[in-house]
Amino acid sequence: MSTVKFTEEHEWIAVEGDTGTVGITAYAQEQLGDVVYVELPAVGKQVEKGKEMAVVESVKAASEVYAPVSGTVVAANDKLTAEPATVNAEPLGGGWFVKIKLSKPAELDGLMDEAAYNKYLKGLH
Amino acid sequence: MSAPNQPLRRTPLHALHVELGAKLVPFAGYDMPVQYPMGILSEHQHTRAAAGLFDVSHMGQVRLTGKGGAGAAKALEALVPADIQGLTPGQMRYTQFTNEKGGILDDLMVANIGDHLMLVVNASCKDADAAHLRRHLANSCEIEELSSRALIALQGPKAAEVLGRFAPQCRAMHFMNAAFFAIDGVTCYATRSGYTGEDGYEISMPGDAAERLTRRLLKEPEVKPIGLGARDSLRLEAGLCLYGNDIDQTTTPVEAALTWSIGKRRRSDGGFIGADAILRQLKEGAPRRLVGIRPEGRAPVRAHAEIQDKSGRRIGEVTSGGFGPTANGPVAMGYVERSRAAAGTDLQVIVRDKALPAKVAPLPFVPHRYHRG
Repeated sequence: MSTVKFTEEHEWIAVEGDTGTVGITAYAQEQLGDVVYVELPAVGKQVEKGKEMAVVESVKAASEVYAPVSGTVVAANDKLTAEPATVNAEPLGGGWFVKIKLSKPAELDGLMDEAAYNKYLKGLH
Repeated sequence: MSAPNQPLRRTPLHALHVELGAKLVPFAGYDMPVQYPMGILSEHQHTRAAAGLFDVSHMGQVRLTGKGGAGAAKALEALVPADIQGLTPGQMRYTQFTNEKGGILDDLMVANIGDHLMLVVNASCKDADAAHLRRHLANSCEIEELSSRALIALQGPKAAEVLGRFAPQCRAMHFMNAAFFAIDGVTCYATRSGYTGEDGYEISMPGDAAERLTRRLLKEPEVKPIGLGARDSLRLEAGLCLYGNDIDQTTTPVEAALTWSIGKRRRSDGGFIGADAILRQLKEGAPRRLVGIRPEGRAPVRAHAEIQDKSGRRIGEVTSGGFGPTANGPVAMGYVERSRAAAGTDLQVIVRDKALPAKVAPLPFVPHRYHRG
């Protein structure tokens, strides 16, 4: 069983053991519109919670994707380079961005669970 | 430009946009649809494949009539470099209002309607344009802002077929022709023109009839509503300038590669504001030029990105850029030094502190498909 957590910047992280898979939420892809380009970090890169980790571009604009936790990138979803629209079609599945090996697992406690995130989304409208 | 605190203005089609599920954004002081539920990418592709309907009622429509037998065309030529007197009735031309330095105050369409001229100007400039016209032409012309009228654009390879079901005479028009005809009993003024590179029409109609006629056109199976997002990607692929991005008061028509729009007679005789600067640039060449830019990778290059030569020296700036759905890759326009403006010249563009290789590309990125007859 994995634990899924969410950030206020609309990233999700699904954690299994010491590794988390990271993507952007359905709400985020909806707001962005058609994704046409994704720039991913190299495997081995150190990322820091809250700092820019990837870039996602829609027809309209470029947006940063922030690391929800600190750690090391252990995998990047190369499928997004060839088929960026996967982010729109399967934001919570095949549209994942990276896998991060967590260096500070306690950071997860500061993120929202699904119920809290849904409540947060309602507050945005 | 409208002050940020003013309430947004609405076009006669605002309620229909809401009903159609549009995402509305502030644009030039209006609450405008940036996209509908179909999304920008599909809206773009639909327009290239069939017919897209755009609400462009925010744009300014101005009727210019000469006073006391004097010609409005001759009077207007004092403000624009195009050959307006050479327009035959029913013919339209693209031009610019210029300032003393040869910079562009706005770009516009001018049509000869027999006893008057019809102008279509940008929404963000329309108040300033009207003031400019009144300042210079109040003695010679009647200047009427037709602010109660709506303007819709029907664009795409199926536009003529669709509009022809309501007004068969529209099919006989050629690119840049203007005519009056009735659609469903309402007299409209239409030109065969647009801002997408496709065949199509811009149709001016009374504001109170706009929703009914738009609903009627949207019932045709080929027609979908299209927002400002796709309007921007379509015009960028077509290599058409956006006022405020690619042209403004600091860029001349020569720098902006709009030399083709300057009339032959005007090049020798001048007689428009900024003629000295513009005629000098025509003779001696402009220091910089607006060009198409094709980045080599997949990363979109956007407005204000720095353009460098291969040695890393700054030679200009991107003015419009994004992803071209039909070009299937990033496309951009920007100004570069004259010596770097030839198609095929290697450049680099700085995106997120990285130098991306790019080439000067011929415009348009996607061939125009105007109906030239």
